[in-house]
Amino acid sequence: MYKLLLCWRYLRTRYIALASIISVTLGVWTMIVVNSVMEGFSTEMQNRIHGIISDLVFEGRSLDGIQDAAFHMEQIHKVAGDQIQSMSATVVVPAMLNFQCNGVWMTRQVELIGIDAATQSSVSDFGQYLQHPANREAMSFDLREGGYDLRDHQSGGEAPERKQMGDAGWAHRRETARIRAFQDQYLRKKQQPAAPATTAPPAQASSGGPPSADPFRDPFAGRVQHENVFDSAKQQHTGAVLGIAMTSYRDKTGQDRFLAVPGDDIKLTFPTVGQPPKAVSDNFTIVDYYESKMSEYDTKFVFVPIRKLQELRGMIDPSSGIGHFNAIQIKLKPGVDLNQVRDRLRAEFPPETYGIYTWRDKQGALLAAVQLEKAVLNVLLFLIIAVAGFGILAIFYMIVVEKTRDIGILKSLGASSSGVMGIFLTYGLSLGIVGSGFGMIIGLVFVRYINEIADGLAWVTGQPVFDPSIYYFYKIPAIVVPQTVAWIVLGALSITVAASILPARRAARLHPVEALRYE
Amino acid sequence: MSEELERLLSPPTAKLQPTPPGPRLRVVAPIADGAPDEGDGESSMAQASATKAMIPDVSPAALRRHDIKHDLLPKQLFAHDVYKSYRKGPVEVPVLRGVSCNVHQGEFLAIVGQSGSGKSTLLHLLGTLDAPDRGEIYYAGHRVDNLPAAGKDRLRNNDFGMIFQFYHLLPELSTLENVLSPLMIAQGALRYWRHRNAHRRRAEALLDMVGLGHRLKHRPRELSGGEMQRAAIARALVTEPRLLLADEPTGNLDQATGREIIRILRDLNHQQNLTIVMVTHDPAVADQADRIVRLANGRIEQ
Repeated sequence: MYKLLLCWRYLRTRYIALASIISVTLGVWTMIVVNSVMEGFSTEMQNRIHGIISDLVFEGRSLDGIQDAAFHMEQIHKVAGDQIQSMSATVVVPAMLNFQCNGVWMTRQVELIGIDAATQSSVSDFGQYLQHPANREAMSFDLREGGYDLRDHQSGGEAPERKQMGDAGWAHRRETARIRAFQDQYLRKKQQPAAPATTAPPAQASSGGPPSADPFRDPFAGRVQHENVFDSAKQQHTGAVLGIAMTSYRDKTGQDRFLAVPGDDIKLTFPTVGQPPKAVSDNFTIVDYYESKMSEYDTKFVFVPIRKLQELRGMIDPSSGIGHFNAIQIKLKPGVDLNQVRDRLRAEFPPETYGIYTWRDKQGALLAAVQLEKAVLNVLLFLIIAVAGFGILAIFYMIVVEKTRDIGILKSLGASSSGVMGIFLTYGLSLGIVGSGFGMIIGLVFVRYINEIADGLAWVTGQPVFDPSIYYFYKIPAIVVPQTVAWIVLGALSITVAASILPARRAARLHPVEALRYE
Repeated sequence: MSEELERLLSPPTAKLQPTPPGPRLRVVAPIADGAPDEGDGESSMAQASATKAMIPDVSPAALRRHDIKHDLLPKQLFAHDVYKSYRKGPVEVPVLRGVSCNVHQGEFLAIVGQSGSGKSTLLHLLGTLDAPDRGEIYYAGHRVDNLPAAGKDRLRNNDFGMIFQFYHLLPELSTLENVLSPLMIAQGALRYWRHRNAHRRRAEALLDMVGLGHRLKHRPRELSGGEMQRAAIARALVTEPRLLLADEPTGNLDQATGREIIRILRDLNHQQNLTIVMVTHDPAVADQADRIVRLANGRIEQ
């Protein structure tokens, strides 16, 4: 009882000790904030990666692909059919993308993925990352009339407006076609100024001289325009979905600037199958953008219909019409153990030909790096609290010296050594509770209002804390994990108690007579 | 105040047993339901009447009346040939060199001597605050100087009350809490909490008795020296000790206040039959005691 009473009194009268635990408060605070933000980032990242890659990937090791996706799906179904929700085949090939912006051709190195529009959204979050609401409902490679999202639908409506998306779609395509037609007309006029008036007098024409007499005459001039000539105002090429960062950049204010929008045409160049591979290219029309917020994917992925890609690459068996594929994405039923299904599939398919990976395996290095980063940061931050522990040790030693006589009094009244030790251990614990308690409260409030605080800091310093041109999130993602918070607080408490053990032992070992004589 | 004392204190009974460590100090009349030691009143009365049959009237007061030596009373505390030396750097300074000293039950003993004569050291040895280098200390017939720490702690808490020259109140606690502190030490938090009202009543009654009933909530630094010493006496009495050890209780007080403190001690001795061992260097104070032991150069001066 006297322990608690004295602890309470010391706590209320010894403010210097409270000063020593400010570092505990700071340590707990930073650890909670850093852990929450890192957890937010890594969870966000994992969700993205998982959403992009699907649960399991069944892939052939050759770029030329494996024949007959349907047969393989059937085989996979035989092995683990009860645990599989859906599957979708893809063709993956490195490619080169060209698009025109203000008359200049730009080139990007991309990963071209042929997907089945009908099933792709069922194995991954592919559909959720598209910019047209109708495409998110049901994906289609046909260009939409308009109505693309003006604001990033994943940001909760807080993202800045993307004005250029306002006229994307057929409207933009028609407008581009009109301008191009006008330009062509203008150029043609400029090249042949008043040509009919000087070189083709009506007299000559009526004489019926052979037309070939004029060597500079346009050999196709007499040809009638065919009905099926491609009219870009009314027709589109095969649809392609581009990663959003491929043709856009984000400026300092967080605005996305697009070099091309849905409705524009692009060229894709990629190798055919067979030896040696030959480069083939074809025109495509951007029908939508894909925004997974993982810049690695948003700058790299181009999706086109799988059938078209198979045709262009020569992956379709001419006699049977069965295509080759590179990978099958497998979505498992909820709650199924990924590794177990992976291992079952691995046992069934020869590993020389087929690689079977979970989404974690695919991004193992990245996830491990994030994990390591978090661990190292935690160790460093915990050292802050450990440093605070030494401060507590020093101040406790001084308090014990200051309280020497009181310790003598308590012992003369019959307090045991362990009781005296208990006073200082309890004192250390209560200081730890106060310090880490405040740290926890401040940390949790900080995490709760982290975006407001970041805005405030940006306003004060003039430097954006969380630069939206660097990160793909508009807000700092932060997730508070109760277990982590509990561990941090527990760690801080044990450090303060550990720091008070030495002074408490000194107090306990004081000789009562010497302590009473102490002045 | 002495009337109040009489009213508060239960009538003293001589309990002359060779083994029991002396009577418990009975302080407060209204002791609450669950208070310990409430039940043994009758049995001790029976014991007392039994002894009375053998020895007619041997209360210290009666002894004083008949001018009989205290040696007839049973020894309550007994130091046998104790040596104690302190180490000051490389030099060993002998403080006590073979001191034997009896404290009889119910007597008011003064230990006097020059400063440095070892009187405080002797008191510390008697009070088990320190252990002798050689020799033994007996309390109620049992050797106590070699008890384990826990036994000594219990003895100091339960059987001995101590008063010091510098009062030694805990500065963080109020007067009342200071008085209650030995009970808090004696009992676990839960038990203390259950009996807190009884404890509080007893502490308040004791503070009333020493004339500090109006200073319950004050911190020690707000009290005068005499008030602090009175609070210290109340604290020493709160566990109903059988023995009071006072180390220069008047050493830091002016004469009038000192006399007041001594009067309280004497009243306790006379009316409560409480054994008191007091160390002092002041002959005037020592004269108030029943018996005086003089120490010089670490030996008893005859």
